[in-house]
Amino acid sequence: MPGGTGNLTGEPFPRAAREALGNAQLRRNLGKATGTIRAKRARVVAELPDWDGLRAAGAAIKDEVLAGLDTHLLRLEQELTERGTTVHWARDAEEANRIVTDLVAATGSREVIKVKSMATAEIGLNEALAEAGISAVETDLAELIVQLGDDRSSHILVPAIHRNRAEIRDLFLREMPDVDPALTDDPRALAEAARAHLRRKFMTVDVAVSGANFAVAETGALVVVESEGNGRMCLTLPRTLISVVGVEKLVPRWQDLEVFLQLLPRSSTGERMNPYTSVWTGPTEGQTAHVVLVDNGRTATLADPDGRAALRCIRCSACLNSCPVYERAGGHAYGSTYPGPIGAVLSPQLTGVDRNPTLPYASSLCGVCYDVCPVAIDIPSMLVHLRERVVQAKPVTPESAAMRGLAWAMTSPGRWRRFLRAGRLGRLLGGRRGVIGRMPPPLAAWTDTRDLPRPPEQTFQDWWESR
Amino acid sequence: MRVALFVTCLVDGLFPQVGKATAALLERLGHEVVVPRGQTCCGQMHVNTGYAEQAVPVIRNHVRAFADADVVVAPSGSCAGSIRHQHAKVAAQHGHARLAERAEEVAGRTYELSEFLVDVLGVTDVGAYFPHRVTYHPTCHSLRVLGVGDKPLRLLREVRGIDLVELPGAETCCGFGGTFALKNSETSAAMLADKMSAVLSTGAKVLTAGDSSCLMHIGGGLSRLRSGTRALHLAEVLAGVAR
Repeated sequence: MPGGTGNLTGEPFPRAAREALGNAQLRRNLGKATGTIRAKRARVVAELPDWDGLRAAGAAIKDEVLAGLDTHLLRLEQELTERGTTVHWARDAEEANRIVTDLVAATGSREVIKVKSMATAEIGLNEALAEAGISAVETDLAELIVQLGDDRSSHILVPAIHRNRAEIRDLFLREMPDVDPALTDDPRALAEAARAHLRRKFMTVDVAVSGANFAVAETGALVVVESEGNGRMCLTLPRTLISVVGVEKLVPRWQDLEVFLQLLPRSSTGERMNPYTSVWTGPTEGQTAHVVLVDNGRTATLADPDGRAALRCIRCSACLNSCPVYERAGGHAYGSTYPGPIGAVLSPQLTGVDRNPTLPYASSLCGVCYDVCPVAIDIPSMLVHLRERVVQAKPVTPESAAMRGLAWAMTSPGRWRRFLRAGRLGRLLGGRRGVIGRMPPPLAAWTDTRDLPRPPEQTFQDWWESR
Repeated sequence: MRVALFVTCLVDGLFPQVGKATAALLERLGHEVVVPRGQTCCGQMHVNTGYAEQAVPVIRNHVRAFADADVVVAPSGSCAGSIRHQHAKVAAQHGHARLAERAEEVAGRTYELSEFLVDVLGVTDVGAYFPHRVTYHPTCHSLRVLGVGDKPLRLLREVRGIDLVELPGAETCCGFGGTFALKNSETSAAMLADKMSAVLSTGAKVLTAGDSSCLMHIGGGLSRLRSGTRALHLAEVLAGVAR
């Protein structure tokens, strides 16, 4: 099964994290933003007496989808087709981009307006369209900010979480034609400027590209949930609508939405309900509708019994907002459209671990991501599983040799005790304060920031026997 | 009760005082402590770093060492968590069904120290005296893998002379994470910095927790800062033997 392509890989995590770690302002912004949304989420989740039941239901429905993905997909295709939507299948990012580019080119339009969509970000659609001379305009405010800044998104829900108001004002002044030169960094003024800019696009561009939060197999309905309503403008005004949908976005039945429309807004924005939910079943009058169903590594992920639960993800970002690693390192460190804990398990599975070997290690395994996940993805266990696959894919390294050596010592109590006794040699490194201070590599990775205790004269077991 | 102590590799080799405190505490409560000679390590570092296959013989060694124990107590939430949630799973995944079964049996009799005191012995007042300002960090594996809840705090609240203060953001990871502290040392250090400022903001002279690994990390940072605040294991506070 082919691996996924597109925007799923980047620099090694430890190196990519360095930039955010060195930027105190960015760390403060991130800490404040995630802290606020964390508290909101906790409050609205606590309101529901049946949250655990909802969470279990969400997980069960998604598992049902994954167990019968082939059948559900064929049903969806049939329902979509019967209602006048043309269905396309794409194996990977390149194929999906080619399909969409050809469809847009056939309309003769050189511009498309876009509904916020992770799938199109994943496959790098905007870049592919640009190569074909077609410009894609993001209509989600945060996505627009990222796009105008020629920047990368750093959060699933809040793509411009790393930007502050002053930066956004400067960006608008520079990139938006006809913007009021006296624009201030007041959030209302900024939103109004974006609104005027987008309004011109809504009224003139005749092709739209969307994703879908859910696709209902039994009715062929597509669902988009959003906060601003700009997506709805794209879904209704243009004469051609192309929706790019990951194959795991399915739910079997209409009634399943009852579960997810409670789980998703509370987990993502900390709201009881999102302001706009758009549902459409087939094209409206005079409209042409296409759906591109994208695999891009998903069936390869499905083939792994210990990893497939990652496909339950409904892209809420609760795990990002809770993760202490994400909060310090920022979203760009993950090098993928999907940052944070879910990205650390999803990206390596979509691409294959060989193309993303540092992401499974980008976690302290503290487990808070599992606690907050609305579809109960056991991310920590999955990370450990993926680490095993990373190790298996590598030849002998100094690390693997050391691990083997340690395991060899640990399987014989006698060897182990001799090993621990040898640790006493470390006493020579102890300084006057009775601790080991700064040391050269490889110890530096520890001792650059932390003292080590001076090893004791006697191990516990030796003391126990001598007492 | 006859209690088999699993001291953990870190306590055995680097923090023997924690093992001594645990044994002293259990003996003071009237129990017989044994230290099975065959014990080495639970293999958690191997499993969590991706070397589960290499961990299988380590798990076998652990299971053999504690096969005859009535009850196993470890002064570590993460090692107890590893025994309870990883041993049988790793053995089964690598095709050792019999070992998985035996590991499950040992896991069923294994407790982290605070769980053992509160759940099994039904004690919260262990007769300790510790006249210092103390703050408690609930380590991630105690909190989320084992779910020890407020048991350590219930034990600490009964300590005489103690001035127990709440740690802001207590449930946030300190950034240790085993080999994470080495592989992502800069991110780990950033997490540690925030944890240390939370600890120092309490004015506590002692930071306590149920895991020597996290304490080695936070304590190592506090020592580098020459902060005057020490990191002591929960067992040391409860034994009331710390200076």
